[in-house]
Amino acid sequence: MKYSAWQVFKEGLTGNKGWKPVWREPEPKAEYDVVIVGGGGHGLSTAYYLAKEFGVTNVCVVEKGWLGGGNIGRNTTIIRSNYLLEGNQPFYEKSLKLWEGLEQDFNYNAMVSQRSIINLIHSDAQRDAFARRANAMRLSGADSEILDKAGIMKACPFLDFDNARFPIQGALRQKRGGTVRHDAVAWGYARGADERGVDILQNCEMTGFIRDKDGAVVGVETAKGQIRAKKVAVCVAGSSSRVMSMAGMRLPIESHVLQAFVSEGLKPIIPGVITFGAGHFYVSQSDKGGLVFGGDIDGYNTYAQRGNLPVVEDVCEGGMAIMPMIGRARLLRMWGGIMDMSMDGSPFITKTDIPGLYFNGGWCYGGFKATPASGYCYAHLLATDRMHEVATQFRLDRFRRGLPIDEKGQGAQPNLH
Amino acid sequence: MIINHPLLGPRDAAEFVYKGDVGLIDRPDGMSDDLDTFHDYAYLRDNPAGEHQELWYHEQGDRSWLVVTRSTLTHEITKVELARDVARARGRSS
Repeated sequence: MKYSAWQVFKEGLTGNKGWKPVWREPEPKAEYDVVIVGGGGHGLSTAYYLAKEFGVTNVCVVEKGWLGGGNIGRNTTIIRSNYLLEGNQPFYEKSLKLWEGLEQDFNYNAMVSQRSIINLIHSDAQRDAFARRANAMRLSGADSEILDKAGIMKACPFLDFDNARFPIQGALRQKRGGTVRHDAVAWGYARGADERGVDILQNCEMTGFIRDKDGAVVGVETAKGQIRAKKVAVCVAGSSSRVMSMAGMRLPIESHVLQAFVSEGLKPIIPGVITFGAGHFYVSQSDKGGLVFGGDIDGYNTYAQRGNLPVVEDVCEGGMAIMPMIGRARLLRMWGGIMDMSMDGSPFITKTDIPGLYFNGGWCYGGFKATPASGYCYAHLLATDRMHEVATQFRLDRFRRGLPIDEKGQGAQPNLH
Repeated sequence: MIINHPLLGPRDAAEFVYKGDVGLIDRPDGMSDDLDTFHDYAYLRDNPAGEHQELWYHEQGDRSWLVVTRSTLTHEITKVELARDVARARGRSS
């Protein structure tokens, strides 16, 4: 069924009895061309683009939980392409362009809302750094602008401009940045993939790899039995080390928890996304009106999807420092998600040394915005065995080759990114 | 989280800086070990789900390094040792 305003109108008049389930609940076949391990945002978009752009439809997605229950439903929904390095920025700009056409492309309302992202500037040095970043963004075809103090005062008059420690001098703004309804992204991709013949197996945990006598991966063991595959594509950011250890691999990744917070619903008060990097705080406003905000990772290895109180205090202090009016809002909910923190803060979309096994992960806390391009480039790799031109540097062996993509210039330290 | 410091008693984890896997004690020998060994030491991690031995630095306290045994699934801490003692037991320090 194609969704449209007419369909909504017709169903409204006929008692909403014509809506069908958005995807099937199939039984697994014995063999597929590609088995994707992990039905999160990236896994589902990989399946979608494999089927739609590369004509590979004999595909199955194996998911331990339910669609939309992992990090795709836990992030703070921000999309942007304001990176610096050549290995990153063209990829994120590709992603932002895919976001811009996504809803028409998969015929699903993901509420893509390009209401801008603003990064605050507090010093001359930071202005120089952001001017350089703004230029790098433009070189990749993205939009960017540097706001002076009057400009940011006009856009966000409620900020604490005379903050004693971090007075606001200006901002880097990307107007095409914004927010998206995150779980609708999972549902839209799942529906689009399912329509094209992809089998999505929920509540079907992957428990091991099937290897042939030469060590190549030729399928996966699951809760619903063996599923053989020509290619196995792991896509389980947050649990990458656990899954890849079943193939005997150690990764340049630590798992950390990132907390997120949402206030009670308020009338529209914030124009887009605001980041206060110096104080480790960022905030946007959801379509329901809640202020959605967060800050740093907790900073220790964990797989528990909850954090501890010191970061809660730190985030709330950051909010009060830069946007004192936030103190009038009540905190409604808070939660945590597990991040693959890679050693240089950049992700992996790559082959592995094991034939038949592919890996996508290491998204740190920037995976959501990458969802469309991550799936597109992973599908490209799976279908053609070559990296897409915007993802050539996301290799697993880049540390061995001395070519990290160190966006922050901080070296091998996963808890800094 | 509360870390039960062997010398100072129970301390708030916020007083500490987290470093990571205890394997970082076992730095390869710069003269005799090869590049692959250094690559694995610097970049690769076991990153287990369950019991994890890890280095914490008491920056806001006595500046000692500790080895904490903690579950990455529940955050429960089952053992705290001075890193000095652990390193000596591994023959890393005199």
